[in-house]
Amino acid sequence: MKKIEAIIRPDKLEAIVERLSELGYPGLTYTEVHGHGRQKGMKELFRGREYDIKFIPKVKIEIVVNDSKVEDIIDTIVNIASTGQIGDGKIFITKIEDAIRVRTKERGEGAI
Amino acid sequence: MNLLDTMWVLIAGLLVFFMNAGFAFVESGFVRTKNVVNVLAKNFIVFALSTFAFWTIGYSVMFYGGFSAIFYSAVNSLVGPENHKISEMAFFFFQLAFAGTAATIVSGAVAERIKFMAYIVFSLLLVAVIYPIVGYFLWGPGPLSRASFGFIDFAGSTVVHSIGGWEALAGVIVLGPRLGKYSGGKINAIPGHSIPLATLGTFILWLGWFGFNPGSELAFDEAVPLIAMNTNLAAIAAMLSATAVSWVKFKKPDYSLMMNGLLAGLVAITAGCYDVTPVGAFLIGLMAGVLLIFGVGFFDRIGIDDPVGATSVHLLNGVFGTLMVGFFSATDGMKGLFYGGGTAQIVKQLTGIGFTALVVFPASLIIWLIIRMILGVRVSEKEEIEGLDVGEMGTEAYNS
Repeated sequence: MKKIEAIIRPDKLEAIVERLSELGYPGLTYTEVHGHGRQKGMKELFRGREYDIKFIPKVKIEIVVNDSKVEDIIDTIVNIASTGQIGDGKIFITKIEDAIRVRTKERGEGAI
Repeated sequence: MNLLDTMWVLIAGLLVFFMNAGFAFVESGFVRTKNVVNVLAKNFIVFALSTFAFWTIGYSVMFYGGFSAIFYSAVNSLVGPENHKISEMAFFFFQLAFAGTAATIVSGAVAERIKFMAYIVFSLLLVAVIYPIVGYFLWGPGPLSRASFGFIDFAGSTVVHSIGGWEALAGVIVLGPRLGKYSGGKINAIPGHSIPLATLGTFILWLGWFGFNPGSELAFDEAVPLIAMNTNLAAIAAMLSATAVSWVKFKKPDYSLMMNGLLAGLVAITAGCYDVTPVGAFLIGLMAGVLLIFGVGFFDRIGIDDPVGATSVHLLNGVFGTLMVGFFSATDGMKGLFYGGGTAQIVKQLTGIGFTALVVFPASLIIWLIIRMILGVRVSEKEEIEGLDVGEMGTEAYNS
């Protein structure tokens, strides 16, 4: 089992979820997050003064899947989330030790 | 009593009253989420304080030159010229709405750090004492009025807006800037929490001004449409010039300054709305919008931290608009420089402006300093960081 954590532009969320559901995936959680990468935020203007927006709003998607599905899902996310501009986001993959379905107490891959 | 005139003055007074909502939204939109309830509460309580202060003392001082009409006693039943006599109660309400406006101007400039009680005490003293004394000289039976001296301030660029502006300036000086405004060796922007609220407030003020200026005719006669026309032309000219100048200066049209620009034009035309031509109004508005942009930058640079721009909108443009009547007045016998009247009217305008400045600024400074000594004017650093909503009011604006 792997967890895919993808930090993406908020406006890409809908298209990614739509494409993923066509592919079939077990489940998904998203969170509204704020952060910055190497571009270090951006500038805005208020009453004639520029100020730094240090943390830019992003969406983080978390999906836990069987190892076999990881590459497909990554491809899908990368294809849709990429604009070629700074700020497209990042994807992180981690190993998951175990999973538990709360309702049935099932464990392991069957639980996801 | 002329019923039509009385009704018009009452309706205009209601429009001016509704400007309280305009100020509430503009100011709360321009502050941070953590101070919204405090700003709203100041704008909410100020009309109550104004009514009490004006009813008990203010009205009597302003229009009877003493204490003979305190508590609205021993007044006449009608005021105004023959054929246009209106109910004095309608006149009282209209004037009260103006006094309330002068008071509510202050709250935005001192926002995000002033103690609620300090603001309450100041507002009471303002409407009971300072506003009526200046009003007596310039608008009441006093010696500097239009009738006795020839000073033109038709609807209150000086009497309402510059008074509010001088008081705000004194308040900001006594209070000092918000934490973080000048930290890190630079001047920092502190963005407001709701541009939509500020927009709604600006529209309400724009609407209210069609009561403020045309209502000041105190009759529903042939001058009213011209005043409405002039009011709108100056407003839009100032909004457009503020948009253009901010666009060139900051590379983007700065929307909060576009809104301030509109208000700057409205303030500037308030003195001359009866006496200038529509072209004059448009030109005054154009200059007002430019003045606004440079005013906001100027006050920022000299350490006057005014979150909503009240000093640039109401003080600078109140003074400027009043002065411009000396150039643009087209009224017979009171013609401005551009209409062949020489400099006589300019001198009269400067007299009214100077008198107001010399009375209001020192008096406000003294009152603010006394309040600071007795009650304190500024909340604690901890409270300012956590927000005045929790610290002063015990409640927040947005709960889930």
